[in-house]
Amino acid sequence: MTDLPPTYPGQKKLGLVIDLDLCVGCHACATACKEWNTGGHMAPLPDFNAYGDGAWGVWFNRIHSFEDGEGERACTVHFPKSCLHCEDAACVTVCPTGASYKRVEDGIVLVNESLCIGCKLCSWACPYGAREFDADEGVMKKCTLCIDRIYNDNLAPQERQPACVMVCPTKARFFGDLGDPNSAVSELVAARAGTDLMPELGYRPVNKYLPPRRGRPHGEDREAAPLSAVIAEAQNEADAANPLLRWVDRLLSR
Amino acid sequence: MHPTFSIVFFTTASGAGFALLFLLGLAAPLGLLPESSGFGFVALATAFVLATAGLVSSVFHLGRPERAWRAFSQWRSSWLSREGVMSVMTFVPAAIFAIGWIFFGVTDGVIGLFGFLAAICAAVTIACTGMIYASLKPIHQWHNRWVVPNYFTLGLMAGFLLLDLIIRFWTVRPVGTPLLALLAVLAAWWSKEAYWRFIDTTSAPSNVASATALGSRGRVRMLEPPHTQDNYLLQEMGFHIARKHKTRLRLIARITAFVLPALLCLIALIGSGTVAAIAAALAVLSAAVGLVTERWLFFAEAKHTVMLYYGADAV
Amino acid sequence: MVMGGMNFRERWHDYWSPKEAVDTSPRISDEVKYTTCYMCACRCGIKVHLKDGGIRFIEGNPNHPVNRGVICGKGASGIMQHYSPARLSKPLMRVGERGSGEFREIEWDEAIATAVDWLSKIRAEDPRKLAFFTGRDQSQSLTGFWATQFGTPNFAAHGGFCSVNMAAAGMYTLGGSFWEFGEPDWERTRLFLMFGVAEDHDSNPIKLALSGLRRRGAKFISINPVRTGYSAIADEWIGIRPGTDGLFVLSLVHQLLRADKIDLDYLGRYTNAAWLVIQAPGTADDGLFVRNEAGEPLVLDAAGGLASGKQAGVEARVVGDATLPDGRRAVPVFQLIAERYLDPRYAPENVAPMCGIPAETIRRIAGEIAATAFGEQIEIPVTWTDWAGREHKTMRGRPVSIHAMRGISAHSNGFQTCRALHLLQILLGTIDVPGGWRYKSPYPKPAPPGPKPAGKPGQVAPGTPLAGAPLGYVLSPEDLIVDDAGRPQRIDKAFSWEAPIAAHGLMHMLIRNAANGDPYPIDTLFMYMANMAWNSAMNTTETMRLLTDKDPATGEYKIPRIIYSDAYYSETVAYADLILPDTTYLERWDCISLLDRPIGGPDGPGDSIRQPVIAPDRDVRPFQDVLIEMGARLGLPAFVTPDGAPRYPGGYKDYIALHERTPGIGPLAGWRGADGDAHGKGAPNPRQLERYIANGCFWKFELPPEQLFFKHANKAYLGTATTMGLIPAPEPIVLQLYVEPLQRFRLAAQGRGAMQPPDKDRARIETYFDPLPFWYAPFEETRADPGGFPLHAITQRPMQMYHSWHSQNAWLRQILGQNRLFMNRVTARALGLGDDDWVWVSSQAGRIEAQLKLMDGVNPNTVWTWNAIGKRAGAWNLAADSPEFTKGFLLNHLIGGFRAFGHPRSIAPPPETLRYGARFGGDEQQDAAE
Ligand SMILES: Nc1nc2c(c(=O)[nH]1)N[C@H]1C(S)=C(S)[C@@H](COP(=O)(O)OP(=O)(O)OC[C@H]3O[C@@H](n4cnc5c(=O)[nH]c(N)nc54)[C@H](O)[C@@H]3O)O[C@H]1N2
Ligand SMILES: Nc1nc2c(c(=O)[nH]1)N[C@H]1C(S)=C(S)[C@@H](COP(=O)(O)OP(=O)(O)OC[C@H]3O[C@@H](n4cnc5c(=O)[nH]c(N)nc54)[C@H](O)[C@@H]3O)O[C@H]1N2
Ligand code: SF4
Ligand code: SF4
Ligand code: SF4
Ligand code: SF4
Ligand code: SF4
Ligand SMILES: [Mo]
Repeated sequence: MTDLPPTYPGQKKLGLVIDLDLCVGCHACATACKEWNTGGHMAPLPDFNAYGDGAWGVWFNRIHSFEDGEGERACTVHFPKSCLHCEDAACVTVCPTGASYKRVEDGIVLVNESLCIGCKLCSWACPYGAREFDADEGVMKKCTLCIDRIYNDNLAPQERQPACVMVCPTKARFFGDLGDPNSAVSELVAARAGTDLMPELGYRPVNKYLPPRRGRPHGEDREAAPLSAVIAEAQNEADAANPLLRWVDRLLSR
Repeated sequence: MHPTFSIVFFTTASGAGFALLFLLGLAAPLGLLPESSGFGFVALATAFVLATAGLVSSVFHLGRPERAWRAFSQWRSSWLSREGVMSVMTFVPAAIFAIGWIFFGVTDGVIGLFGFLAAICAAVTIACTGMIYASLKPIHQWHNRWVVPNYFTLGLMAGFLLLDLIIRFWTVRPVGTPLLALLAVLAAWWSKEAYWRFIDTTSAPSNVASATALGSRGRVRMLEPPHTQDNYLLQEMGFHIARKHKTRLRLIARITAFVLPALLCLIALIGSGTVAAIAAALAVLSAAVGLVTERWLFFAEAKHTVMLYYGADAV
Repeated sequence: MVMGGMNFRERWHDYWSPKEAVDTSPRISDEVKYTTCYMCACRCGIKVHLKDGGIRFIEGNPNHPVNRGVICGKGASGIMQHYSPARLSKPLMRVGERGSGEFREIEWDEAIATAVDWLSKIRAEDPRKLAFFTGRDQSQSLTGFWATQFGTPNFAAHGGFCSVNMAAAGMYTLGGSFWEFGEPDWERTRLFLMFGVAEDHDSNPIKLALSGLRRRGAKFISINPVRTGYSAIADEWIGIRPGTDGLFVLSLVHQLLRADKIDLDYLGRYTNAAWLVIQAPGTADDGLFVRNEAGEPLVLDAAGGLASGKQAGVEARVVGDATLPDGRRAVPVFQLIAERYLDPRYAPENVAPMCGIPAETIRRIAGEIAATAFGEQIEIPVTWTDWAGREHKTMRGRPVSIHAMRGISAHSNGFQTCRALHLLQILLGTIDVPGGWRYKSPYPKPAPPGPKPAGKPGQVAPGTPLAGAPLGYVLSPEDLIVDDAGRPQRIDKAFSWEAPIAAHGLMHMLIRNAANGDPYPIDTLFMYMANMAWNSAMNTTETMRLLTDKDPATGEYKIPRIIYSDAYYSETVAYADLILPDTTYLERWDCISLLDRPIGGPDGPGDSIRQPVIAPDRDVRPFQDVLIEMGARLGLPAFVTPDGAPRYPGGYKDYIALHERTPGIGPLAGWRGADGDAHGKGAPNPRQLERYIANGCFWKFELPPEQLFFKHANKAYLGTATTMGLIPAPEPIVLQLYVEPLQRFRLAAQGRGAMQPPDKDRARIETYFDPLPFWYAPFEETRADPGGFPLHAITQRPMQMYHSWHSQNAWLRQILGQNRLFMNRVTARALGLGDDDWVWVSSQAGRIEAQLKLMDGVNPNTVWTWNAIGKRAGAWNLAADSPEFTKGFLLNHLIGGFRAFGHPRSIAPPPETLRYGARFGGDEQQDAAE
């Protein structure tokens, strides 16, 4: 059903939190996503021209790289992006068939492949580029938030997480209920001033991004080293005389 | 946005078809058109064929055309669904109206009411088509107040030009249709220019800074895309038209869609007989070229916010 | 209205858009098998889910010490590697010319018989005529042993091209090294400096660790000309000019010495800082340590007398002149250090312009290092006993740590630069202390480690194994592998006067020397898992020419026979005569052995295996099985029983469990002994592999807390390491600030001693074999006219591609199918270049075409690209229009062949623009042109 589910207080909003301060751009979450999902709920994730020019395929998660700042102050920021499971998901409401839907119980946005006519309108309606057309089957696919992992009784409880979260070698990805202000992810978002992408569009994404907090090239963001003054002093003293003199009485004990 | 021909054709053809239907449904019951069932047949058939061809063409764009019927289900939220429902729904009163007119030569009374109904439905269908685009927030060039008026005026212009051509086979020297066609052309021109001015002078509220939420850290630009070759998103939404081409195509659209049809309408208005008919026919032809160009540009000039993740600073 | 439980409205809805029944609990797999990943050499533990006879999913093993459950971008794409269309499927015999790629498929019997036929003749005549070189394999304990058994000294593995100078610098200084043999104390360090690392062998561990560092708020400084990848998340980025790290580091040393911010206690206890060095220029002993009759180095004691530097408790002077009984002068090592590095030429102001780092920054970083090392000292309340039996109540550490890799080793000054880094670490007292840099098991070993290379004329004989392993560490000219006339005896000229300290051999010299018959012609070149015709070649075009070069007199190839084992259709395949197709990593046994490069960490030794998780669907065989079978057929003693039957009829699997290198020591250290209860040393256990499999395919031994630090001087640890067979004896390992063996070579170059270098090598050895680190411009820069070649061109590994392996991977090549040349925006503007422009990049070696991408986060004198993305057309079973062929490029084409340590980088002249409007049309370009 294409209508968005009614909202109610305390509603579960499952989603991801991505820490741009930690992501090194390794693409693990992208390939693990591909690997899991090509055999998962929206399987397969086909590839076209796989071994020639113009190779492309269905990916639910991709890593972009940006630079911000200028010159020496520039920083590279690796930026993974998948479906943000928006609260006001226009990708759902534009869908003419009801194939796109947002689950009432947890807010996950899914596509019912058996209803989809492949009109692609949802991909136009998604500002974030999170919809993926499977040209083989003629239907739209997308990140399922690993719905076939997170509730999967065949997995150990600690493994009931999205594939992309499980693999991330820098632990830059978090999964949880962003509808619950006391959840670990919500607390993280609050503590780190997690943000929405393109809030001006009003899609109210559930996924949040934690901004990079690394310093600028020359470490200006950190307090100055307390001992540099000490060093300067010691230097002046020592340089006056033969610098070796200060060690003449030093004995090294083996 | 990638200008897919089936969609370009769909919006122009069915736009013209429904607009013509709108005019017929509105004017015939009021007795403003020749009552001849021959005229009714030709005019309505033209409208039906254009509208249907457009719709059929749009189905070819689908990944799963055989499931197209499912698109009627979500009229409560989806403009595409509404458009689908309305376009089909339009055919019901339109068919009754057509039967009444063509087979019974009746355009007033109950049949006339169905004519009105068909006109309303056709208008709503055009509005729905416009709204499909106007409702898409990620595309600034579509999500604006000019798109629906554009669809209306361009549709009406096409409808009037067609009507003026067809009517000439039944009326020796129509005055209303060429005059109205001329006005419609001018109105469409004005609204299209307004649209172009709008998209030339404004850009989306979103930019790469808001798309990445990194704006506060300085100027943001893409370093590396996620894939070195194009993916679906770029194939579908990464279409980029060079400024040079854009200018040239706009000029072609201006001339063929507006300048020539306006001049030809004038000739059709002032002239008579064959000359006027030829002018009217040329106006239709020229407008067809112009509208397809304009519609192609409508897609080609549209920039999707997803491109902010692929190197665009603004969209 | 209610119909069958649903009201009409629901039915209506259900008709139009039926609700999807999502199976949230699908069964994932029929079976899960544990093994070790081999999408790169990081050796992560993986769980392979098998379903319907195929591979469903590969994920990290959460219990594995290397990756602790995570997996990287490559690892998660293992399925596509396994199903790659570039896999070889049958043994091949060349029919066309070399390089043409024309082969005929043959049966395994023929393949092995042919190889054995070629090799048995060589072995009977002159085993040196076999050169056996391997690459990224983790089987060097087998391949090296096999070469030894065969009797050829011409064996080496990829290390020679990789980071041999860095490994050597570490081994001679610390008895361990950066490379794969050490890591920062990730949990405790407070200030971490990373020099020239983009990805490294410790792929996942570094990622896990950097994340931990940031969470803890430790400071992370990356010194790297490029700010991407790991550098992207650094607190501070030092965009150094390539090849100048040595200067920068020695300037830090200068600052710390001036401020007396060094750990003298540490120097006294654990290093040779107090050892006396003879100061008698022009004599045979100049620069050597003063030693007593027992050969022990001497120090100047408090009373001004000489005492053994090995004796516990001796109080030694750190500066001061000693007069030796024979009247010569000697000074402590530390005094030489202080004198050298206090010189103003190392002052920040003086190095700043060359390094491209402001003097103020250098000064501040020195201050931060001092502040952290001495102001944030760590004490772990663990009692431990040092080598002399003294008990210490705590383990004290200075939480400054360093890691370095190819950004250092890839430059021809890398050895001394790396030594400078170790000098800095030692002066701060941060080697194997809490918060500092820690040895990874099986290190530390004696500095340098034990066996010397074998291969001298007397050690090679027909039909006989070599007298020892072909690779090792030389201590003096007497250890060189040269003949009486001083001529090189190895085909790569390792351990000759041209490259005396060639710890891992010089793989990149092999093909040229073999083709030139220099120092002697060989008969068969046998290669395994090394793409030596392509990305592990310098000056690729020349290398491919040499592989196909014929002797005009005979019309025969100059390298008569080439046998190659690869699993895929790599560039090198086309240049071989006989191809032995290997399996993929999921189809075979492998052994990541303590005898090679194991998975041990600072907290204890470890090793692991690969087990076949799926059967090959092609006519391929694991290379190790084939090698063992060849060994048996050649009658190599260790591979046959006394009555001549194959000793390991089950192949590698048998060998892993049953082979003993020395009594009690075999390929795997876990679960040894008949009952599997011995670790380290013990009798072979026929059921050892079962124990490994039951444990997720790895073995990890956790050292007790009191053995976790100061391993080089920790009595309990040295005992454990000896028992386990990691070191020969429980002797303390003294850190070598001053590397005496280098001085021995230098003395020879100065005309001292019986063995002296040929004249052409004298000056070079005298200059560069400095026992104390110093900086010099990389050779390639001094050779090139800097005016003509103003830019440095460097490569980086992309995290999601492993060398040349992954362009065949359907997923990974979508991520990176074309490499750009990245250039600083300001530099590009000055040259009138823009994004997407095509440029020529040239060096002395050649010129290539590349497409530009501009960025800010790169040193202005530097251009860079991703390594090994460009491919030779026709290789890897890719379609002819693939971007890897048409748009990608391989920087190696520009690397002029150069000897010495590592390989130099090229320097590019100002590129000229080539605007291919049609080719890259792009509208952007046209817009820009308007
Ligand atoms: N410009 C530049 N050049 C470089 C470097 C650089 O940074 N820049 N790095 C250098 C370094 S450090 C190194 S280590 C070398 C590496 O260079 P190589 O070791 O030559 O390169 P690889 O691409 O790893 O090639 C190994 C071969 O192993 C094959 N292979 C993969 N899996 C298997 C298997 O399971 N069995 C068998 N039998 N074969 C297999 C692959 O198909 C490939 O042909 O490159 C060096 N070259
Ligand atoms: N994904 C992936 N992982 C790999 C490999 C792979 O191919 N792919 N290869 C494996 C192998 S064999 C090896 S040897 C390791 C090597 O691992 P790394 O040492 O990480 O190798 P590179 O990618 O060459 O990175 C060298 C870094 O040094 C920087 N650099 C270049 N010149 C200088 C300099 O003069 N000074 C400083 N400070 N920095 C400099 C470069 O910008 C680059 O960031 O990686 C291993 N891991
Ligand atoms: S990110 Fe796009 S696809 Fe996902 S919910 Fe939001 S609008 Fe829909
Ligand atoms: S492509 Fe499928 S899911 Fe997307 S809007 Fe069309 S019918 Fe709905
Ligand atoms: S949640 Fe699952 S489907 Fe979504 S990006 Fe992560 S791995 Fe892919
Ligand atoms: S796996 Fe983690 S570090 Fe790697 S790209 Fe994804 S989010 Fe970034
Ligand atoms: S780092 Fe290397 S070994 Fe570990 S998962 Fe990745 S590819 Fe496999
Ligand atoms: Mo390497």
